[in-house]
Amino acid sequence: MAVSRSAVVLCLAALAGLLAWPAFASDFGVDLTTKILIYAILALSLELLVGQTGLVCFGQAAFFGIAAYATVRFSPEYDAAAIWWLLPSAVAASAVFALVMGALSLRTRGVYFIMVTLAFSQMAYYVIHDTPVGGGTDGIYLNVPPSVAVGSTQLLDLSDPLHFYYAALLALVTCFVMLAVALRSRFGRALAGIRVNEQRMRAAGFSTYPYQLAAFVLSGAIAGIAGFLFAIKDGFVNPELLSWHLSGAALVMIILGGLGHLRGAVIGAFALSLLEELFQSRELMGGFSDHWHLGLGASIIACVALLPRGLIGLPRMLRARLLGARQAGAP
Amino acid sequence: MSAGEVLLAGHGIRRVWGGLVALDNVSIEIRRGEVHALIGTNGAGKSTLVNILAGEIPPSAGTVELLGQDVGAWSQPRRARAGLARSYQRTTIFPEFTVLENCRLCAQAKHPRPWAIWSAAARCGTSLEAARRAAGRVGLGDELDRPAGLLSHGGRRQLEIGMCLATDPQVLLLDEPLAGMGAEETDRMLALIEELRPGHAILLVEHDMDAVFRIADRITVMVNGQVIASDLPDAIRDNREVQTAYLGEPA
Repeated sequence: MAVSRSAVVLCLAALAGLLAWPAFASDFGVDLTTKILIYAILALSLELLVGQTGLVCFGQAAFFGIAAYATVRFSPEYDAAAIWWLLPSAVAASAVFALVMGALSLRTRGVYFIMVTLAFSQMAYYVIHDTPVGGGTDGIYLNVPPSVAVGSTQLLDLSDPLHFYYAALLALVTCFVMLAVALRSRFGRALAGIRVNEQRMRAAGFSTYPYQLAAFVLSGAIAGIAGFLFAIKDGFVNPELLSWHLSGAALVMIILGGLGHLRGAVIGAFALSLLEELFQSRELMGGFSDHWHLGLGASIIACVALLPRGLIGLPRMLRARLLGARQAGAP
Repeated sequence: MSAGEVLLAGHGIRRVWGGLVALDNVSIEIRRGEVHALIGTNGAGKSTLVNILAGEIPPSAGTVELLGQDVGAWSQPRRARAGLARSYQRTTIFPEFTVLENCRLCAQAKHPRPWAIWSAAARCGTSLEAARRAAGRVGLGDELDRPAGLLSHGGRRQLEIGMCLATDPQVLLLDEPLAGMGAEETDRMLALIEELRPGHAILLVEHDMDAVFRIADRITVMVNGQVIASDLPDAIRDNREVQTAYLGEPA
């Protein structure tokens, strides 16, 4: 689909803002934004399935968590692993899980698909939670973050919050651009066709199953990148990374931002995380911050009720309102 | 490619839904250069037969041959790629895409190249050319950039045929292409089918008897899941059994 010029300008402006952000922000601000960038990658991966292919997956956290655990498990205990093989192997772990989960769950449709993907992610959750693989409820630590070096020259120091911030930003931009390009290709158009009318795609001669499975694996791999970054950011992983709460949060992000647009996923990741931060803040909310779930839930309900197209549809709605008011005011 | 060659054939097709026999021992042959009309009362099993021939649902028994090959085990997409296109009784298009993209996407099925994720679909010359040709052929050449959902009902029916043609098929299964069309649109559609006849084998499911007798080379009549007659139009018109079962008692 054609991308409007204003959307490109908006994306570049947002990128410029994010590049400059650490110059103005506190340590806390950089840390929070890093976390949001990682969630934005997770939301992008889910947008590929839900918004572009029409498959509502309720198990995205499994890919995220599996890659996070793989990152810790594949790292040597006291040495830094090289990112060049640690990242691919962590991503491969979640992609392989996505392949198995997709191959089986894509035999169902609609509500059943939602339930089956949830069931698979819960299985992964309990394997990590209750077996020695995952180290139990308390989680496990990553002692040394991987090194980003070519030969003996170190390019980035991932234990430095600033370096890590830019690494996360680079990962987000790379995923975004790659998805944007892929969605314009024949593969991406075929996914769009499947979302709108799978029956017609089959009648035209597309075997839709391999396409959907490819989208599923790609989505799992991108969520894996997010999980990899998350494990390094905190140097710690626990089973909650695979919980259905996170799968649900990722769904809320893309719905809040606006389904059907990649930038909607990024906007939604920012919106949800900042809302959560707002309602949890004791300085701003006082005693009400103890009941932050209430405020967050109410504001999400308000957003979804008032903005059926998500935050991305806000400018168009305001424009329509203003123009409509002017027209109504005219004699 | 000789005219009269059987391109699509169903033999002894039976389909059972639970205890209900929807189709019983139905055989049909569709030849190149022929418009083969399939008529019958509502619920006679016409659409079920089309679905089975297209590979959308499997038959309970019987065989389907496409271009001389037994395609019983082939999925619908595989049959489509081999040259079988179908239209739907209820318009089945991509309403949010443009007319051109509707056709282009269908044309893409023949050379999908899904791994080339770096090359934009909008620059896929082969599928664009096929799409433009197909859209022009069904009279939508001036509406290429219009969202398909904004077309008139007749326009959508034309697009539906255009999407079939974009896949460059040899066999066309048209499920009530005239449904809900006005007289002028009907004439245009019949002229199009006329034009497609020489190179294609066409199965036309239709309720409009005037149209059927105007265009069909051969007519098969179904009642209650069975073929009661299959013959040339004049013979069908004079067939007693058909008259009583379908056209009503002669006055």
